[in-house]
Amino acid sequence: MDYRAPGSVKEAVELLALHDGRAHVLAGGTDLLVKLRGGFVAPQVVVDVKAIPQLRGIESDARGFRIGAATSCAELAEHAAFSAAWPGVVEALHLIGSTQIQGRATAGGNLCNASPAADSVPAMIAAGAICQVAGPGGEREVPVEKIVTGPGRTSLARGEFVVGFRLPKPPPRSGDAYLRLIPRTEMDIAVVGVGVSLALDDKGVCTQARVGLGAVAPTALLVEAAGKALIGTRLDAPALAALAAATSAVCKPIDDKRGTIAYRIKVAGVLARRAAAIALDRARARNA
Amino acid sequence: MDGTREFKVATKHHVTTTINGDPAEFLCTSEQTLLDVLRDVLYLTGSKEGCASGDCGACSVILDGRLVCSCLVLGVEAEGRDVETIEGMANGDELHPLQQKFLEHAALQCGICTPGFLVAAKALLARNPDPTETEVRYWLAGNLCRCTGYDKIVRAVLDAAADMRGN
Repeated sequence: MDYRAPGSVKEAVELLALHDGRAHVLAGGTDLLVKLRGGFVAPQVVVDVKAIPQLRGIESDARGFRIGAATSCAELAEHAAFSAAWPGVVEALHLIGSTQIQGRATAGGNLCNASPAADSVPAMIAAGAICQVAGPGGEREVPVEKIVTGPGRTSLARGEFVVGFRLPKPPPRSGDAYLRLIPRTEMDIAVVGVGVSLALDDKGVCTQARVGLGAVAPTALLVEAAGKALIGTRLDAPALAALAAATSAVCKPIDDKRGTIAYRIKVAGVLARRAAAIALDRARARNA
Repeated sequence: MDGTREFKVATKHHVTTTINGDPAEFLCTSEQTLLDVLRDVLYLTGSKEGCASGDCGACSVILDGRLVCSCLVLGVEAEGRDVETIEGMANGDELHPLQQKFLEHAALQCGICTPGFLVAAKALLARNPDPTETEVRYWLAGNLCRCTGYDKIVRAVLDAAADMRGN
């Protein structure tokens, strides 16, 4: 195995194309190094993308934020403006692993590792994040929910890799939240994870809502019916019940020692309701 | 796997880095982790290998001011970086306050997890000199201890923090 740390996107794309399917992108390494060690992957070359300036850091302008795909979760969580704008995305990123993992793990890696239980993905889906993908054909933009196609599989073509994410500037009276259920207090994999992002008009009626759901299907899902259940309502009890029912309805979970199918389906609805209540509080606070 | 052999690069990487404030150079393969290099190349054996998967924290080091598991960092990634290990914690024969408090509180038994806990706690106090017990427990959630339990460790960290603040 060789190790390369290209300084540009172009150079990285060339390396990935040259080794046609036998090159692996290295960002934070918190998943890749475990897979290398276990013999689950055997690339000819690992392409460390952390030396590429576009892959690092957070920028903001009038339209919103741009996150480099290889920015660590710790850096993202410490960014005051980003945390204020997208608290749900940040709380999801901050739930990935321990302090040690936070210092290395990245948003791009959490997405491309393609675990159904990746914490940041439902929150990014709810936020309407757009993924920037570079490859031999140039750069393209894809909604986050279109990247993962199954456990460990993505829609990225050979030679392509994720360079960053765009998140919109949150509208006035908007808020987002992410909740996950784990049997322990810390250091565990989501049994269910739900991200909710919503916006209100000046009368407190919901005008936009997106719900991202994780760990209860082969990929994280955008649950359009759940978002629609909130739009036009004041998030009263019937609206929240409709949100929960729509969320539970799309679950196709596995049955394992951390949660039965019935339990995961039920909890998905409960977490959706609770996350929506937190997002609502945040939206109201942003109004003030 | 024949294709892999055909392309295998036998040469080692020459890495120039800083370890505990001193310039250091080493040779490593692409596969070697920073933990492998620290222990097997540089003979800095204070950092321990518990799980080799980032779950136990026994290999914790501080890389450019960030607490990381050295088992999840490639050795070659240390190029141009600043690495702090347990070996840099005491000042000669004078123990770091955290080390002193771990002794006073009997916050260790077998000692395998101790270097990781000390490095992790040092990183916490550098960032937050006055943590609450809850903050200490969450910060140290990535460090596992299988014999002492966590109470004595948490108390030692809180006591060291108070000591270092001059209370």
